[in-house]
Amino acid sequence: MQKVYTKIESIAGNVISVKAEGVRNSDLAIVTSSHGESLANVIKLEGETVSLQVFAGARGISTGDHVRFLGYPMRISYSEDLLGRIFNGSGIPRDNGPELTDNLIEIGGPAVNPAKRIIPRNMIRTGIPMIDVFNTLVESQKLPIFSVSGEPYNEVLARIAMQAEVDLIILGGMGLKYDDYLYFKETLEKSGAMSRTIFFVHTASDPTVECLLVPDISLAVAEKFALDGKKVLVLLTDMTNFADAMKEIAITMEQVPSNRGYPGDLYSSLAARYEKAVDFEGAGSLTILAVTTMPGDDVTHPVPDNTGYITEGQYYLKNSRIEPFGSLSRLKQQVNKDTRDDHRALMDGMIKLYASYRESQEKKSMGFQMSEWDDKLLQYGDLFETKLMDLSVNIPLEEALDLGWEILADCFEPKETGIRSELVLKHWPKSAS
Amino acid sequence: MARNSGRVTGVNGNMVTVQFDGDVSQNEVGYILLGEQRLKSEVIRISGKIASLQVFEMTAGISVGEKVEFTGLMLSVELGPGLLTQIYDGLQNPLPELAEQCGFFLQRGVYLQPIPDKSWDFTPVAKVGDTLFPAQTIGTVPEGIFTHRIMVPFDFANVAWTVDSIRPSGTYGVREEIAVLKDPKGNKKSVSMVFTWPIKRPITNYVERLRPTEPLVTQVRIIDTFLPVAKGGTYCIPGPFGAGKTVLQHMTSRNADIDIVIIAACGERAGEVVETLKEFPELIDPRTGKTLMERTIIICNTSSMPVAAREASVYTAVTIAEYYRQMGLHILLLADSTSRWAQAMREMSGRLEEIPGEEAFPAYLESVIASFYERAGIVKLGDGSKGSVTIGGTVSPAGGNFEEPVTQATLKVVGAFHGLSRERSDARKYPAVHPLDSWSKYASVIDADKVSYARNILFSGNEVSQMMKVVGEEGTSLGDYVVYLKSELIDSVYLQQNSFDPVDFAAPIERQELVFDVLFKVLGSELQLDDKKAARAFINEIRQKFIDWNNTARDDERFDMYLREIEELVAQRFVSYERRAAKILQVK
Repeated sequence: MQKVYTKIESIAGNVISVKAEGVRNSDLAIVTSSHGESLANVIKLEGETVSLQVFAGARGISTGDHVRFLGYPMRISYSEDLLGRIFNGSGIPRDNGPELTDNLIEIGGPAVNPAKRIIPRNMIRTGIPMIDVFNTLVESQKLPIFSVSGEPYNEVLARIAMQAEVDLIILGGMGLKYDDYLYFKETLEKSGAMSRTIFFVHTASDPTVECLLVPDISLAVAEKFALDGKKVLVLLTDMTNFADAMKEIAITMEQVPSNRGYPGDLYSSLAARYEKAVDFEGAGSLTILAVTTMPGDDVTHPVPDNTGYITEGQYYLKNSRIEPFGSLSRLKQQVNKDTRDDHRALMDGMIKLYASYRESQEKKSMGFQMSEWDDKLLQYGDLFETKLMDLSVNIPLEEALDLGWEILADCFEPKETGIRSELVLKHWPKSAS
Repeated sequence: MARNSGRVTGVNGNMVTVQFDGDVSQNEVGYILLGEQRLKSEVIRISGKIASLQVFEMTAGISVGEKVEFTGLMLSVELGPGLLTQIYDGLQNPLPELAEQCGFFLQRGVYLQPIPDKSWDFTPVAKVGDTLFPAQTIGTVPEGIFTHRIMVPFDFANVAWTVDSIRPSGTYGVREEIAVLKDPKGNKKSVSMVFTWPIKRPITNYVERLRPTEPLVTQVRIIDTFLPVAKGGTYCIPGPFGAGKTVLQHMTSRNADIDIVIIAACGERAGEVVETLKEFPELIDPRTGKTLMERTIIICNTSSMPVAAREASVYTAVTIAEYYRQMGLHILLLADSTSRWAQAMREMSGRLEEIPGEEAFPAYLESVIASFYERAGIVKLGDGSKGSVTIGGTVSPAGGNFEEPVTQATLKVVGAFHGLSRERSDARKYPAVHPLDSWSKYASVIDADKVSYARNILFSGNEVSQMMKVVGEEGTSLGDYVVYLKSELIDSVYLQQNSFDPVDFAAPIERQELVFDVLFKVLGSELQLDDKKAARAFINEIRQKFIDWNNTARDDERFDMYLREIEELVAQRFVSYERRAAKILQVK
């Protein structure tokens, strides 16, 4: 069906509507204007009126421009040729390589049957104690980094990407600053990881609609590779920009906003993307590490809030450190029972004491007399922050656990730690009394 | 025969508008014919000759003019033996069978038979000539650990049906005719073990509803002792993300002292359901000696599955619960999370362009939530036995702020409120139920006076701790400081419970009573403590013993040792009982 429609009825934001027949929901179309061609997809049908969102934006489109429906939904080529390549949100190359058109797959496919999922079982080691010890990252997990603008979240992402043992990295950039895009590219090229990386990048200056497509395109490709037995890590930065793009379209479409202008299906839309993370029995896996910047450091903002309810935990990045409070890996219990017998108890014990340290610190800042117990806590907190929390620390899990016991022994008597006696007996450093 | 049909006139998200010919009823099911695929949908608004349908599937590929078939039936579930151990989606599609047929992904438009075609050993109870009303027992089949009653279908007219014929004891297919019933006018109707029931209509075939008084033991100390739940009651667990709602629900589903557990995973993470899916067939229920799966049904409509089916999933779950209640069984329905269900309603309301209420939730939110929780209850059945449905729902309030419409609407109708606090979960104090903000209207398994005494200490301890933030430790009297330490002790050895410890994860009632009694003695005693340092050291020591004790199995020889050690420690410092405690213990 290649009929060309030449009468555009309305143009609002990036959404245009035409009168057409036999068009199916979600189908693609090509809009040809004096500024060139752009893809568009159907988002609403109402009688004969078809509403489309134009990927390259509706700016400059005239009511007399041509709309040609392609009769199929958005697709992307899937092959090994994707590796090392860089594309934009519509899947068009933004490096100077050739366009790929064979073996097209649909994006935004159906959900995985929960009965087909398996319990995650493999830890992904990162060498960052705040992750490995306290909030272990697990294969097939979906985890965002909650961060304030200005924090080095992309650096953390890049570091995890390079150190994590995976077969393939897919970077989905949404509203990425051009500098950040170059940073990722250069870092991965320098470390030699570029050849196992695919970029789908929407930069801040690109049209909004393309931003919406980045997660779907990245995840559709990742899913295919995972089904073919690859361990894939998808990095999505920054999902707040994705949500804002959704908001923009929803408001253009005159949808009733639910919370701070975001559409009512924000949760479902985010979930449909994050839930793509999966471990396929007998094949590969898909792990998602995303960045969600919190406007105004407000975790109750709809985007981080809804994200937190979907993802399997979150890392809080604050003052260039991964905060122990609020950070959580929900899947850690699946793997930290098999690492070392003291892992769980030490993790809980140290955090409880760190919480008490924060209270003592507060007391101190208010000028109260410090008890002996407070002094111990203050010493502990200091050691904890410099030896374990600092992002530059790069040690394997076992070393980090030993270090944890050393810190405890430096500050406390065994019974002050609240850790089970048998573990204390086994792991308390012998040099300490 | 398709009763009626129509044509698609518009598509907006998961809502489709259809122009129809004959008569269409509200909430009836229609199928959109898309080539080979039939997409299930439900009528949610009718205006003139145009019906709005919410589609339970993705709507990509639908075009204007597509044919729609109406069924004339409301959205229903199949009821009969074989429901236990099943894993369904929100529309009662069996997921494992679907996986066999379609592989890794959920293919749309595939609907399988909910109740497996299996044969059952039928024993008749009624005889030819008996008169029966709907929901009265025709016969029984053994289903796992239960006797499953085959009843007169609930959708039969409420008149005296005469048994015209009934099959003798033997093995019959689940859909085979087992009896023929005759109404007073002589119309005959065939009955098999299976019938259907519309999910949005409560099943009310009981004599009377009773007040929930019997405690439902969850083996979570803070709940059973301080914030109890009753069989047939309702409770909610609101909490910000990461506060441990799901872990708490999971613990309850494993340990609750109840006949059947139905888990409605409604719009939450798929990974969490998987844990239940894979673990329950392996875990042995100490009460029955069978696996936990044998008493479990999972309704699973996770967040990435179609939104409209999410709305249906809680109703599917509660309808199945009511069905088993009619057999004199006690059912616990755990819905995680009711906020996702409310959001599904909000999405549809938005598409219908209804005038939005608070936070864009529809105006009927409160009444819908209330009527859902009202489907819980303990009832007396026709044969004198009792059955109950208890509903526990989690709420995921936006921003962890309980002042939002779903939490508030839920709090109005439930009997117990287990509010989770971010503060407690950040400090790894699990379960993070806030002991002071939460409440329950049901009776505890522990003596009420003792509980209120302990609660008072928690209150005072909290006050002292607030005060200490202003005046510092040095400005606090020793007496107040000891109260504060005692409240911390209750928190760390009783309120907190390690759900990942092989012993501590479940605290049976006898154990709770014993531990609470010992703890009560510590709380109620005036102790010989010279200064704050000595007080802290003493409480730390006691705490350590309690924690070790909590982690020791009942049949471990060290169990009594720890008990003795704690009692000795207390005895060393014991001066006298505090006045109120002495009165409760009836000692001088």
